[in-house]
Amino acid sequence: MKIKTLFFGITSDLVEESQLDFDVKNNLSIKDFKQFLIEKHPSLENINSYAIAVNEEYAEEDLLLKENDIVAIIPPVSGG
Amino acid sequence: MNYYFCYEHITCFEILKTMQRTSIKITSEKLDLNACYAFVEDDSCGGISVFVGTVRNDTEGKEVKKLDFSTYKPMALKEMQKIADLALEKFDVKKVAVHHAEGELQIRDIPVIIAVSSKHRKAAFLACEFIIDTLKETVPIWKKEHFSDGEVWVNAHP
Repeated sequence: MKIKTLFFGITSDLVEESQLDFDVKNNLSIKDFKQFLIEKHPSLENINSYAIAVNEEYAEEDLLLKENDIVAIIPPVSGG
Repeated sequence: MNYYFCYEHITCFEILKTMQRTSIKITSEKLDLNACYAFVEDDSCGGISVFVGTVRNDTEGKEVKKLDFSTYKPMALKEMQKIADLALEKFDVKKVAVHHAEGELQIRDIPVIIAVSSKHRKAAFLACEFIIDTLKETVPIWKKEHFSDGEVWVNAHP
């Protein structure tokens, strides 16, 4: 299934893209998606942690992705 | 049927009333302190607490030239709205404004304004602190510091 991935902050520099489309297996969990992402983009190992948002809401590791979900890679925030 | 319409009307009215108690904004234009203040003004309030974030000229002894704020705007607006709604729930406050800037900011510019009005001052102070603290933890906004010899994403390696 297809999912759209958005990169923000330092992750957009590491991946050198702000948006990528991936074809992943059905019902992939966030945990497995993170593993998939590191394999595709080993440069992401340079940051200690990041959160994931799915369709503009923070997502837990066990959430399963659906076709056409928009997944955002959220490195530690620094607003204010 | 009439009753149904009537009920729906009341629900919409209630939602509208809550929305009128919060003002949430992300803009690349200069933030407007007077607008935030004017939004939270209310006849029933005895005080207004305002927090204004400003761009500092140094980070750990290193001279900062400018900052660049990027946002995941639709999600950031949702998260800011959640914080404002939570502040209305948790504290005895009347109105809340949360405005954040995006794009390039110079020293002394204003990245964020929080304004809160309440009947008694304590609630406004507490709500103001709660809102800025939570914003810094959850709202998807990122700050890049520009120095004379390079640039750094703030917090990227906690």
